[in-house]
Amino acid sequence: MPVSNMIESIRDALGIALAADDDLLILGEDVGRYGGVFRATEGLQERYGPDRVIDMPLAESSIIGAAIGLALEGYKPVCEIQFLGFLYPGFEQLISHVSRIRYRTQGDYGMSMVIRAPMGSGVKSHELHSDSFESFYVHIPGIKVVVPSNPYDAKGLLLAAIDDPDPVIFLEPTALYRAEREEVPAEIYQIPLGAAKLVREGQDLTMIAWGGMVPVVKEAAVQLVEDQIQCEIIDIRSLYPFDQDLIVQSVKKTGRVIVVHEAPRTLGVGAEVAAMIQEQAFLFLEAPIMRVTGYDVPTPLGALEHVNRPDVNRIKKAVQQVLHY
Amino acid sequence: MKQCVTPTGKLTAYGEQIWSKLSIDIKKELWKWMVRLRAYDQQCMVWSRQGKILTYAPYFGQEASQVGSAFALQPQDWLFPTYRDHGAAIVHGLPMKHSLFYWLGRIEGNRSGGKWRALPASVPIATHLLHAVGTAWAATLRNRPTVSLALFGDGATSEGDFHEACNLAGLKQLPVLFFCQNNRYAISTPFGEQSATETVVEKAHAYGFPGIRIDGNDVLVVYETVKHAAHKARLGNGPVLIEALTYRLGPHTMSDLPQRYRMMEEEREWNAREPLQRYQQLLLDQGVLNEQEVQETKRSCQQQVLESMNQVLHAASPPNTHLFAHVFAVLPRDLKKQRNEVVGRRGMDACFEYD
Ligand SMILES: Cc1ncc(C[n+]2csc(CCOP(=O)(O)OP(=O)(O)O)c2C)c(N)n1
Repeated sequence: MPVSNMIESIRDALGIALAADDDLLILGEDVGRYGGVFRATEGLQERYGPDRVIDMPLAESSIIGAAIGLALEGYKPVCEIQFLGFLYPGFEQLISHVSRIRYRTQGDYGMSMVIRAPMGSGVKSHELHSDSFESFYVHIPGIKVVVPSNPYDAKGLLLAAIDDPDPVIFLEPTALYRAEREEVPAEIYQIPLGAAKLVREGQDLTMIAWGGMVPVVKEAAVQLVEDQIQCEIIDIRSLYPFDQDLIVQSVKKTGRVIVVHEAPRTLGVGAEVAAMIQEQAFLFLEAPIMRVTGYDVPTPLGALEHVNRPDVNRIKKAVQQVLHY
Repeated sequence: MKQCVTPTGKLTAYGEQIWSKLSIDIKKELWKWMVRLRAYDQQCMVWSRQGKILTYAPYFGQEASQVGSAFALQPQDWLFPTYRDHGAAIVHGLPMKHSLFYWLGRIEGNRSGGKWRALPASVPIATHLLHAVGTAWAATLRNRPTVSLALFGDGATSEGDFHEACNLAGLKQLPVLFFCQNNRYAISTPFGEQSATETVVEKAHAYGFPGIRIDGNDVLVVYETVKHAAHKARLGNGPVLIEALTYRLGPHTMSDLPQRYRMMEEEREWNAREPLQRYQQLLLDQGVLNEQEVQETKRSCQQQVLESMNQVLHAASPPNTHLFAHVFAVLPRDLKKQRNEVVGRRGMDACFEYD
């Protein structure tokens, strides 16, 4: 089986999708001849031409707004926003139109499109290149939000997102693009949106994370074994809709939960997860649900990035607090 | 395209006129600034490659536009730079040391203490043009002789905010100068793929103010054009759009590979038109400078860059709690609790201050 990193598996999925559907278009800044700033679309314009892999003017509202019209005419836009922190000029189109055209036309028109964007910290990037504002998108009714944490999932989730009849925001953790290589099947497969993944089984506590935090949580779990603590890990991967069943099942077994995310704590997705758990598994809880998150501050520049970004030590400390409540 | 100095360092007819009006001091200062900025930028590229600073956006090749535009400002004037315009910001008052802090990923570098009037480098393309419209509007309302200079690239003209800024500035006839460094590319995308118009300047007419197209590698024409436009704006003649034709000789940032989208041949052509050499040649030919001064100035500028870095490397590193500094005027209670979580995690220094 071929081995790839996340950027390669995303490129692979995009290539498969372009080959499978003549109406699929890739739109974005520098996605054509340049192959994207992270090389996600490298070689695709050569293969499918500049009318299908399209270098757009530097304008996010043009990208998302024009994608709406293209979708109305039966095209399938797969937009690349260079960094999630630069989506905002197109936010109006997303929140006022993309998310609600199906609803406003009462089903006459759907808005099947994918918007891909790199996000998150961990590579000491420049201002606005490391934000992790997934909550904004989760909060918009009518949009699905997906965040893969490994090459295999990235391909399967992206193919599922492209096939979905509704708009999907596909968030790619920059820190993971080239972090690990693993076996990724060459053929087409999909991972259903809305299904979480049980990454590790354990009895003592459930750790919930997504995207760039998954490897950090995994490392913490490995270290905690030395203290005789067995953590269960759930990678949510699909933030909306999210897999309540798998989480509740795990909590009923362990009775203790921590949620880890890079995004600021207040109104982060962790708050939603915690609220859902206490609604559905209150009597199984042995301790309050703890969050290990970024702080409610602007994402810092490189020098202080490590202070804001949850790390193994912060996670281990929270685990001890939850276990010894 | 207006030009004072040709790529081989000769004065044009228009250049002769300007030359005769300028003092020796100004002629030399423009040159010195270019030497200084060149030294800083070249050194930052090296440091970035060596991992001593984080990724870096060079203005290599655009020094005439950086110097000529900012040097034409007065201290009360506002400057709104992008991530590539720290050269202009340094001319307007930003110490090199601050710029280095920024490229080291330290937000303290953005501080001006109000000593020069500029916002920190704007990263989201074209968004800052509206800020310049706002300060220009305030100058009009308060009847003050202040102009606002907004710097941006050719790619920025595709964003809605560019058009909104031009529209409002034109409507209110505000003292704002829109200075576009048309360096041919927005990362990999040539201007021909941003817009159906051949030039940036022609867009000005649609918003009701003039546009001027100049050689952006000619520091004299840049300086003269911005100074003249600023003078007229101060007198209430409204905005101007200046398109400075230039070329980014370096990569977009240090993680970019220009050979993926442009020809070596093109780079060579623009190398021959680069701004510092031609102006230096003119000054030497005119007897304003001599070789010895050139060598000494280069050396002292290089020294200044190294000294700035030295100071930066010897400055105290920020404590963890610095994450929370200046997020609000008064830290809300919840945020104080979060702040307490990081106290003690590596070097607590509550009174960390930075000048
Ligand atoms: C709103 C927004 N979209 C995308 C980006 C990513 N980006 C950074 S620089 C750049 C190209 C800018 O080109 P131009 O305006 O011509 O200026 P130059 O970099 O050439 O100086 C892009 C697309 C951004 N910073 N902001």
